[in-house]
Amino acid sequence: MYTSIDPSTTKKDTMLLTAFTLVVLTMPLWLAPLGAGYPDLLQKFAIFGIFAVGYNILFGLTGYLSFGHAAFLGVGSYTAVWTFKLLSMNAIPAVILAMIFAGIFAAVIGFFSLRRTGIYFSILTLAFAQMSYNMAYSVLTPITNGETGLRVLQEDPRVLDKLFGVEAQGSPVSSIFGIQMSGYSGFYFCAVMLIIGFYISLKIFRSPFGMKLQAIKSNQTRMEYTGYNPKPYLLTAFVISGMYAGLAGSLMAVTDPLAGAERMQWTASGEVILMTILGGVGTLFGPLLGAGIIKYFENIFSAFNEASLHEVFAFLPDWLENIVVTLTHPFVGEGWHLTLGVLFMLVIIFLPGGIMEGGRRIQAKFSKKAATAKE
Amino acid sequence: MSDDVKKYNTLSRRGFLKAGAAASVVAATAPSFFIKDAWAAEHNFRNVPKGSSVKFGFNVPQTGAYADEGADELRAFKLAVKHINGEGDSGLMNTMKPLSLKGNGVLGKKVEYVTGDTQTKSDAARASAKRMIEKDGVIMWSGGSSSGVAIAQQSLAQEMGVIFMSGLTHSNDTTGKDKRRYGFRHFFNAHMSGAALGPVLEKEMGKDRRAYHLTADYTWGWTQEESIKNTTEAMGWETVKAVRTPLGAGDFSQYITPVLNSGADVLVLNHYGKDMINSLTQAVQFGLRDKQVNGKDFQIIVPLYSRLMAQGAGENIKGILGTTNWNWSLTDAGSQAFVKSFGKEYGFPPSQAAHTCYVQTLLYANACEMAGTFAPCEVISALEGFKFDGMGNGPTEYRAEDHQCFKEILVMRGNEKPSSQFDLLEVVQQVPRSQVEYDAKIFGGELGSCKV
Repeated sequence: MYTSIDPSTTKKDTMLLTAFTLVVLTMPLWLAPLGAGYPDLLQKFAIFGIFAVGYNILFGLTGYLSFGHAAFLGVGSYTAVWTFKLLSMNAIPAVILAMIFAGIFAAVIGFFSLRRTGIYFSILTLAFAQMSYNMAYSVLTPITNGETGLRVLQEDPRVLDKLFGVEAQGSPVSSIFGIQMSGYSGFYFCAVMLIIGFYISLKIFRSPFGMKLQAIKSNQTRMEYTGYNPKPYLLTAFVISGMYAGLAGSLMAVTDPLAGAERMQWTASGEVILMTILGGVGTLFGPLLGAGIIKYFENIFSAFNEASLHEVFAFLPDWLENIVVTLTHPFVGEGWHLTLGVLFMLVIIFLPGGIMEGGRRIQAKFSKKAATAKE
Repeated sequence: MSDDVKKYNTLSRRGFLKAGAAASVVAATAPSFFIKDAWAAEHNFRNVPKGSSVKFGFNVPQTGAYADEGADELRAFKLAVKHINGEGDSGLMNTMKPLSLKGNGVLGKKVEYVTGDTQTKSDAARASAKRMIEKDGVIMWSGGSSSGVAIAQQSLAQEMGVIFMSGLTHSNDTTGKDKRRYGFRHFFNAHMSGAALGPVLEKEMGKDRRAYHLTADYTWGWTQEESIKNTTEAMGWETVKAVRTPLGAGDFSQYITPVLNSGADVLVLNHYGKDMINSLTQAVQFGLRDKQVNGKDFQIIVPLYSRLMAQGAGENIKGILGTTNWNWSLTDAGSQAFVKSFGKEYGFPPSQAAHTCYVQTLLYANACEMAGTFAPCEVISALEGFKFDGMGNGPTEYRAEDHQCFKEILVMRGNEKPSSQFDLLEVVQQVPRSQVEYDAKIFGGELGSCKV
């Protein structure tokens, strides 16, 4: 749960990061047997991983539960698509501008919301996000194209592309200097962003700044007595996590040049909270695990229908197969939310620290066993 | 505490090293993984069917405002697959002319299918479609409802090089300014609704009316509002106001109250699915239909109708005018055959959404058989300009210029004396193709190339 700035961890951190890089980059291979090794879902894993890692910087370290992070995701997406429309199909300006705009937006919302703590802070962020969502649907339709969603069109100006003589053929696809950002190359771009994002988050966790954020979580009053003003730290954390969300939003647009208002809905904010809690609040890897599990459920479990269940249980005798399929059917397909809900409840009740706590408990058991064996 | 940290860090590192090692084993043993998704050299298109089967994807709304339509579409898709594979009573394959399908699947390959939930959201629909294309390897996918979703999926089809046979989408943009080479629509559109409804409205309500529009705020609502406005204003009506409402609003009372004092004597509801059920029910509850404005009876029009919605709205639809693509009460051989085999399978008559999805699936399969290949370019040219009959709408043509089907459409009225729980709409007029046909150029847009 807690981290320290013990200098001896630097070496460990390097190893941690190397292992992390390896695992992320080999995702297409080891996720393939699980049926999740296809580009679109891999991209989602990386993108929501970034979103959750960023969210964890605010919620995990300072304990401020924001209910409005989807708004920054949406701002990032819209900015990225507008960059595609006006400047260039190159992904880099889109990503940079999206982070800047999401950061500014977060600074404004954070400035007002952070005047309150606890539930009032949550409600304020929720109100702001819901406001943005409804505005994207109604008065801002000229910018957001409402329900239809903002799309990149052939006849968009794209000033920079015109300047350099890059011509889009067919439907425009985002790229980085000629490499198209769809399929596996899109995933690797997101993966590199995730690794960079994770590295920065690791650094923040280990830094004095991270310590101060944790101090805010454990006892804000005591922190004030020691002479620190928590407000600037909080706002910085809020803006950083908003920028992570903006980055995630822009990557969504990079891999699929379309932005819809539903990305800003409160359910999307709720999703990132679920991810963080499911995986383990305040841990480095927890939010990533949570993001992976939720996206896996959403994309794989929701696609199971009765026929595919029969295939899975085909090894059983017919009568038993039918019973098993009838019993499991409500939990897959449209019922994937039910499975997720049950899993979430189990984790909250038995592992309040999320899946990471489960991992730590197993680890503790094994090391105890190893110790007794040695004796 | 620092002990804790150490343990935790060791675990993570060791865990990840293990995972890394496992990954390299997988890498060594399964090098064919990347090749699986690669475009095979000899067939230069995505998801070349291998083995004895071919996969279709059915992406329908299973949740949200259009879930009823989605459920019925899925039933129709399943039925179509059955018939293509030569099971059941073959349905419309008995009446379709010309027919190349042989009842042994498509090009000798058995049809399998995967399903997905669009949630009536463009994002979710595209994610689900990508899953079907990238993971399940579908050769074609289909589904609806909602034009926003259909348009988003259609541009994905163009990017991916996989054909999308759209289901229920009624916006002019689908085959207008957002048309794509890889997208096809059998359903009619808002422009046709206007053209069909116009003369009937003039006859029943006269030339001097004041209309108030409530419009679902997305591409379909916008184009339908525009088309109905154009038609009615051309015959002398005045449009008092057009108000946009969010999709899936649930409660429309705040939008309906202002209608009462606006001086309008006609309310046009550009809503569909549960939205239409809610807005119509509330409009009736507010007493709009009993009112007299400008010395005339207040009227409500629902330009796009469906039996499922009529079922939801119950009593309130009696006498209300609208249009549909198809209705189960039609008596031609094709419609009868479809109603019979759908009824036998599920115990109730199909909706127009089911009809269009069923027909789309059959048309695609038939085009593959005609082209003799699954290669999308050839299948597309087989569909373009394809003329057929016996599918319930009379002689029909897939226009090559915009991939829009042209056929008869229906003007309907809510039945005053329904004879059964399904007999809710009566046909006022079967509008001939010539009356609803338009020049493909009026909406602009580019189909693009079939090469991706």
